[in-house]
Amino acid sequence: MKEIVETIARSIVDHPEQVEVTEEVGQKSIRIKLSVAEEDMGQVIGKQGRIARAIRTVVKAAATKAGKKAIVDIKS
Amino acid sequence: MVSCKETGNSIEEAIEKALKRLDLSRQEAEINIIDEGSKGFLGIIGGKDAVVEVTKKVIPAEIGKNFLEDIFSSSDLDVEVEYIESKSNEKQLYFNLSSSELGLVIGHRGETLDALQYLTSLAVNRETDDYFRIMLDAEGYRERRKETLERLANKMKNKALETGRKVMLDPMPPHERRIIHLAVKDDDRVKSYSEGEEPFRKVMIEKV
Repeated sequence: MKEIVETIARSIVDHPEQVEVTEEVGQKSIRIKLSVAEEDMGQVIGKQGRIARAIRTVVKAAATKAGKKAIVDIKS
Repeated sequence: MVSCKETGNSIEEAIEKALKRLDLSRQEAEINIIDEGSKGFLGIIGGKDAVVEVTKKVIPAEIGKNFLEDIFSSSDLDVEVEYIESKSNEKQLYFNLSSSELGLVIGHRGETLDALQYLTSLAVNRETDDYFRIMLDAEGYRERRKETLERLANKMKNKALETGRKVMLDPMPPHERRIIHLAVKDDDRVKSYSEGEEPFRKVMIEKV
């Protein structure tokens, strides 16, 4: 599941090499932590969180297929 | 922009080395010869290496297609991405998705499709100099949704006329609200406007 976040984040930031994604897989849920370069925070969050929301929506669809809930945290 | 410089005994050799390093085929690359090099005396003394710069060609449609395919392959969703040339032009790139799991790809009221469309737009436009509008469809979903929304607009318009009260529609993304506004705009008996903040902004239809 974290590969999706990696793919998306690397394609939209200025410093793809600084994109790091980890995941904790629980029984019913997956917690994904995305970290990017500080100056790239805006690129993954967007105006009023629009980009972050889009990332979460896409991850949710994939998680639904896996029968789980996904939480995506973003930090620099 | 992916590019690299390489040197070699000949231009040909330098190009081969650069292509190999970038893992590109000749068609995918733009080649710029910086120094043709020279053989020198008897090919031994005073020879100069050839220097080339090879840059990956930016093909917007391919960036979009690859981006989407990467997402689907890493999400274990079985989706086929097709670039529709006939519906694309120098300002717009049109992609169609087909899948046995179309419901998941479209999402509730198209929210997943819209999210993918938005992210694809970001991924493509950061690589290109020109701006491209990205259109993502899923087996004709957009057209079907438009018809549904137009029917809904008519129904809600009649409700507003019959009751004389404001009718509030469900929250919708901007392009869907636009379809509703357009559907009722020619009827002078009603007016429509939007209220609230994204993503919960909704259309209101009111008897004039």
